[in-house]
Amino acid sequence: MGRIQLKSVTKSFGDIQVIPPLDLTIEDGEFTVFVGPSGCGKSTLLRLIAGLEDITTGTIEIDGNDATNLVPAKRGLAMVFQSYALYPHMSVRKNIAFPLKMAKMDPAEIDKRIEAAASVLNLTAYLDRRPGQLSGGQRQRVAIGRAIVREPAAFLFDEPLSNLDAALRVGMRLEISELHKRLATTMIYVTHDQVEAMTMADKIVVLQAGVIEQVGSPLELYQRPRNTFVAGFIGSPKMNLISGAEAQKHDAATIGIRPEHIDISESSGAWKGKIGVSEHLGSDTFFHVQCDVTDEPLTVRATGEVSFKYGSEVYLTPRPEHLHRFNEQGLRIE
Amino acid sequence: MATKASRSAARLMMAPAVILLLGWMLVPLIMTLWFSFRTYLPLRGGDQGWTGFDNYVRFVSSSAFWPAVQTTLVIVLGVLVITVCLGILLAILLDQPMWGQGVVRILVIAPFFVMPTVSALVWKNMFMDPVNGLLAHLWRFFGADPISWLSDASLQSIIMIVSWQWLPFATLILLTAIQSLDSEQLEAAEMDGAPVLKRFAYIVLPHLSRAITIVILIQTIFLLAIFAEIFVTTGGAFGTRTLSYLIFQRVLESQNVGLGSAGGVYAIILANIVAIFLMRIVGKNLDN
Repeated sequence: MGRIQLKSVTKSFGDIQVIPPLDLTIEDGEFTVFVGPSGCGKSTLLRLIAGLEDITTGTIEIDGNDATNLVPAKRGLAMVFQSYALYPHMSVRKNIAFPLKMAKMDPAEIDKRIEAAASVLNLTAYLDRRPGQLSGGQRQRVAIGRAIVREPAAFLFDEPLSNLDAALRVGMRLEISELHKRLATTMIYVTHDQVEAMTMADKIVVLQAGVIEQVGSPLELYQRPRNTFVAGFIGSPKMNLISGAEAQKHDAATIGIRPEHIDISESSGAWKGKIGVSEHLGSDTFFHVQCDVTDEPLTVRATGEVSFKYGSEVYLTPRPEHLHRFNEQGLRIE
Repeated sequence: MATKASRSAARLMMAPAVILLLGWMLVPLIMTLWFSFRTYLPLRGGDQGWTGFDNYVRFVSSSAFWPAVQTTLVIVLGVLVITVCLGILLAILLDQPMWGQGVVRILVIAPFFVMPTVSALVWKNMFMDPVNGLLAHLWRFFGADPISWLSDASLQSIIMIVSWQWLPFATLILLTAIQSLDSEQLEAAEMDGAPVLKRFAYIVLPHLSRAITIVILIQTIFLLAIFAEIFVTTGGAFGTRTLSYLIFQRVLESQNVGLGSAGGVYAIILANIVAIFLMRIVGKNLDN
């Protein structure tokens, strides 16, 4: 149980409105990711839902009950912070027990829940250590443990993986996804990393300057971005956006084509260009190609190991079925 | 600082400071020990030779000794309790965002810059004077009889004066400690359902434990030796004679350097006993 509904929620700090009226519904059991560039208001939105910030106008409903003026503890939500926010003077066991102790739960029940959470998160061996003696990934798991013992209506994650190194991040990403499958609880996850958003989410909410640009499943966002911002933000490497004469040929102000939807050839094609930097990843090769159609170099993906010499001439052909068209306002043309 | 040459160079360059500090400590210590075993009455025949442990026995068996030890401990403990408790409250208060924060912080720290003699005089004449003091006026305003602070409540008065002096120090150290508390920890505790007082007890206070330890250790060292406040206000009368004041009286008022030096050695021992106790009780906090 954890359906969260935001109705025309706004937030202002002094005179500055960081979140203009915003409506959003997060269904029960859904893994929702808020994604957007730094300063887009995604963390603020999460803190509004958590109750750590007061909303200026509008209402928040959790499971159909008005939670707008409830204190954080009464909302039944658990949060995992970017810095983990573990209590450094308490052992792992006491950290995890803290919310239960505050709820004045029976000690036997507390122990039972700690054991259960510890075994789920592989923390059993570390229960008597202090957070300072744990590695980054373990601390992250303790923070998650402290959240799951409360059996909350929803979990809120505020960029939980950004302090971990790349390899660990991939691992923890999987663990969190798996946890969601197992618990089937609503989760709201804030990140600026669109790869995390694409891999974990049931539903992605793309935010820019406090405004929701698009809400949808990862594939919807990938296949049918609603505007140029979403088109450029979702997908790695970024979609190539071309405006000007070439776009007008397709009756659009801007056209977009993803690197994986361009064919590259030495002999013939639609656009002529010069090879710039090549990035060889083994499974794929990315070429940055300087073309006549646009000032920005275009990114092109070739599968497997393909080699072109720096500066050599190539021809690019976009696959027409994957071409995205946008009008003057940057909105998608169907 | 890795090579042999650079290490010995470092030692050489540190040597003057180390030797100076060592001499600074050792010369008075050895002189105190030396005089404590001699009969030395500057105005009554000067140095009259060895007396063994006579001075030590006389100092302890004097009726003034145990009350002086007790007074010392009462003042130290009283000031510690007041400064730490009020210091925590003030630190929390000053940590809140408010208008004129910078000025208020400087004002709070100001008493620390006032010399002990001066502040004791100000308290004695401006506040605690039973006729013209501000407190006397206040008492009379409410229709009460003014208290003659320094004779009727002498020990409390001195504790109050010294606390006023040391409160800024405690506040300053505790404030910096509070500012280093990660706000996400407090938010996490808030989400975990801890109300304000429990957040204080479970998060803020443990975070401050190390700073409190430092405040207690440093203040104890200085408080064991307070002198000016007593000299200026009561002159050691009305039960305010501390150990260091007693030593002063033995040496200068009774003109008995040997006896005073023996008292000095006792003071060293007392200070070390207190220090060891403190280290054992609160030193654990410094480990983790």
